[in-house]
Amino acid sequence: MLLLSQITFAAMQPRPTAAAQALRDAPPLPVLRASSLGDPIALAQGLTLYLQAFDNQPGISIPFLDMDYAKVQSWLARILELDPIGQYPLLMAAQVYGQVSDEAKQRKMIEFVESQFHADPNRRWPWLAHAAIMAKHRLHDLPLALRYAKLLREHATDSSVPTWARQMEIFLHEDMGEYESAKVMLGGLLHSGTVTDPHEIHFLMGRLEQLEAAEKSSSTSKKRLP
Amino acid sequence: MSKVLAIAQFTLLEALRTRVLWLVLAMLVLLGLGSLFVQHVAITETGRLQTGFLAASARMGVIFVLCLHVASSMVREFNDKGVDLLLSLDLPRAGYFFGKLLGFAGLALIIAAMTSLALACLAPLSGVALWGMSLACELMLMSALTLFCIITFVQIMPAVSFVFGFYLLARSIAAVKLLSGSQLLNPNAWTTKLTGWLVDGLATILPDLGRFTQTGWLVNGPEAMSVLGFVVLQTCVYGLLLVLAGLYDLYRKNL
Repeated sequence: MLLLSQITFAAMQPRPTAAAQALRDAPPLPVLRASSLGDPIALAQGLTLYLQAFDNQPGISIPFLDMDYAKVQSWLARILELDPIGQYPLLMAAQVYGQVSDEAKQRKMIEFVESQFHADPNRRWPWLAHAAIMAKHRLHDLPLALRYAKLLREHATDSSVPTWARQMEIFLHEDMGEYESAKVMLGGLLHSGTVTDPHEIHFLMGRLEQLEAAEKSSSTSKKRLP
Repeated sequence: MSKVLAIAQFTLLEALRTRVLWLVLAMLVLLGLGSLFVQHVAITETGRLQTGFLAASARMGVIFVLCLHVASSMVREFNDKGVDLLLSLDLPRAGYFFGKLLGFAGLALIIAAMTSLALACLAPLSGVALWGMSLACELMLMSALTLFCIITFVQIMPAVSFVFGFYLLARSIAAVKLLSGSQLLNPNAWTTKLTGWLVDGLATILPDLGRFTQTGWLVNGPEAMSVLGFVVLQTCVYGLLLVLAGLYDLYRKNL
């Protein structure tokens, strides 16, 4: 009887509706450190996955264009403060959140990458290299791209940084499309052993295919114009 | 001494018979599967995330399991009058206490070894060895604390609540101390001063468990073995304090 009552009561409840939840500001660093129970790296990793999955909430998907990038930036900065060795937030900034079609948001992400580069240039140089390519091909801002390439040459001086990264200024002056530039950069990263994680290789190859498809469709539409 | 070792042996045997080690193994397998899921959803640094998740969750899990086992084992022994029976024999209370402590310490070592083995395929061996030894010290400290709490409270609920509250506070006390000294607070307010003194007092009497068993030792490359020096020293100092407190309470008890 009681079981039937429970079943009836549950059946009478309205169906849950998906409502997009806006991203909140990242908590202050001291609060996060206290919450980490002495293990900030584990908390940083948990927050990274939380942020990565935020655009896919139960029953609803939030386009990146609708996200508040100031808040995204605050979360990425907090994660890096908790785990300075990890590179995940910078990949998200450069390769995920920086890929929107909003120039202001793209600039925000590559400025974030530049600000974080100075803290650890010999480890964070791949993201500034990518930011330089984005500045040239997405923002059509060659002076900005060259400034990033110059920062790479001056600050990423460890022997583990490949020569092509320190010579990006030459590479940026060449008349290459974004797909060709990204292909050269990915080839360089693979050859130098900077990227070895199979998931990351798969992700970057996927990005390369998207760029190739985008370039082919734009060249096809140009050919169709009278 | 032989009686102390016999009690230790039976304490370990009890852990085997109540399948604590099987429980730990099952928990490590489930957490391992969880870490595989985490590795699957990550788009970079997949190994790092997998190791970090497994290490952090396994550490919390084994502490939880060991403390609960120590508490339930001791409460059962008190309720079944096993303690009274043993003390009616020619065995001093200190002998019983040290026997139990030794048995639980042995169990802590076995659990730490199992957890380290689970991580051995994911992280460099030097990091795993350092992490494992620190986990063993942390487990021994927590089992000594649980033993003391059970002798004091004699009931699972208050003892385990105290142990877990203590653990959470001890792991976060360094960060809580920084929070209490924040420049955003009014330094002249009496509440700020009182909070500061309270937190400083707590930090003085609590062990700094935030420096134990760091995930960074597994994922950030080799760390010098000297970091273990603080861990071992803290374990010895606080362990001795807990032993003396436990013995005091046991001798004071009307059994």
